[in-house]
Amino acid sequence: MAVFVYAENINGVYKKAAFEAVSYAKAVAEKTGETVTAISVNPTDSSDLLYKYGAEKVINIKDEGLKNFSAKAYAQAVSEVADGNVLVFPHTTDASSVAPMLAIMKNYSLITNVLEAPESISPFQVKRRAFSGKGFMHAKADTQGVIVTVSQNAFGVKENTVSGTEEVKNLTVTNEDTKVLSHEQSSGKLDLKEAEIVVSAGRGMKGPENWGMIEELANVLGAATACSKPVSDIGWRPHSEHVGQTGKAIAPNLYIAVGISGAIQHLAGVNSSKTIVVINSDAEAPFYKSADYGVVGDAFQIIPELTAKIKALKG
Amino acid sequence: MKILVCISSVPDTTSKINFTADKTAFDKNGIQWVINPLDEFALTKAVKLQESQGAVVTVLNVGEALTEPVIRKALAIGANEGIRINADPKDSFSVAKEIANVAQTGGYDLILCGKESIDYNGGAVPGMVAQLLNQPFVNACVGLEVNGGEVTAVREIDGGKETISVKLPAVIAGQKGMVDEKDLIIPNMRGIMSARTKPLHIQEATGSEVKVHGVSYDSVPARAAVKMVTPDNLDELVRLLHEEAKVF
Repeated sequence: MAVFVYAENINGVYKKAAFEAVSYAKAVAEKTGETVTAISVNPTDSSDLLYKYGAEKVINIKDEGLKNFSAKAYAQAVSEVADGNVLVFPHTTDASSVAPMLAIMKNYSLITNVLEAPESISPFQVKRRAFSGKGFMHAKADTQGVIVTVSQNAFGVKENTVSGTEEVKNLTVTNEDTKVLSHEQSSGKLDLKEAEIVVSAGRGMKGPENWGMIEELANVLGAATACSKPVSDIGWRPHSEHVGQTGKAIAPNLYIAVGISGAIQHLAGVNSSKTIVVINSDAEAPFYKSADYGVVGDAFQIIPELTAKIKALKG
Repeated sequence: MKILVCISSVPDTTSKINFTADKTAFDKNGIQWVINPLDEFALTKAVKLQESQGAVVTVLNVGEALTEPVIRKALAIGANEGIRINADPKDSFSVAKEIANVAQTGGYDLILCGKESIDYNGGAVPGMVAQLLNQPFVNACVGLEVNGGEVTAVREIDGGKETISVKLPAVIAGQKGMVDEKDLIIPNMRGIMSARTKPLHIQEATGSEVKVHGVSYDSVPARAAVKMVTPDNLDELVRLLHEEAKVF
């Protein structure tokens, strides 16, 4: 038997979350004494990329009907090839849409948002994110078969190169219920949930015209940009950048919060960040209590100076 | 057109989350309960479709009697009727089974939910309901229009968005953007008064199997005290991030 893992790609290119999911599957397989089989739909990337993280076998599903994403059709396709007791998915938007449907198809338990390698295999028990980052739950599956979705940036990407084999599986899955009308992928922009560094700003920036310096700092750091809820509510920044309890939950290595006071709802979405830097003109901002490093001062002076210093360090 | 909106009753977003002394359950003491904020976007969208297309909106909650104020609030926002499935929700699967059971007998054209609840963050119920009903499923929906027997949905994808047409009946899980935050409906006195007389049906649960149990819970560990750096010493901040935190 094998531990199966869904290796998600976008337009054929593997996501970082796919490598993290394969790394997680490898950790599970080491506990169960099994091998890892990765499943991907219409990838163009080489399977070598998945062998690097521990996948001994890669099944590439080839199907024109799956050219466009449909949760139902993808669940059907994965269901046809995955037959292990443990199926690992990344907790990306698409994969976490497929996983619940697949759990019903296979009559497996589903544990989402998992953070660590399982505490036990039989029964399967694992720590997961709950209460929007304000707590953790140790969840136990009551069925032998289990599907987990791995919270992005939680387990990490771990190299573990093996020699693998590739199998191409030609399927014909029907997808008559949904039709893609348009698809917009922002090019050159880092995916917020996958980013190692995130620079985020709030109302303290005074207006959308001042975001240039935030983007410049992000650019120097190779970071994604984010914002607080009020900022996306007013329309200064798109909804997709809102991090917090009702926005995106993120867990980067470094989170820099500029002009964000740190309401409990905001903290919920970002307190899994490994290092938090808070820059605010208000010395009483509650965010400092949850930060690793803090600077009290005028962001309009601090950010350009900080950007220049980091730029100089990076040469 | 019949729309079923599934709502969850969750702790208010400002709630501090505590667990019982033995850490085996969430401590509900002193908690204010609200409609799951992500469900509220779906509910508002349904009420807008009621206004524009004459849709009949049923709001459904799987919960014990203490969730009724939240269902009444949904009725005050504009839902036509409410259903409470009398059960203490245990996991995504058992909740999805109860919802699918109601949906199967109700003949709904559209089932709307929030993409996840802000308490247990499973994000699993909508997709499970769709599969149990063998209907198409759109997650993370940030825009929705109904055109006869199909909908045009805009869904968020990682790093972008996609517009798709979906045949009804379908299950759609929404989030902020499905309606704007400013368009969320705050019940007025007329809505609150009329909610009192709207039907709220209570049905016994079918007692579905539970597949995942919460064994224990932990709070988030506190961080070490913040290290403050003065704005005239940003070299020190860069040094700390580079040498101590090693983040770049």
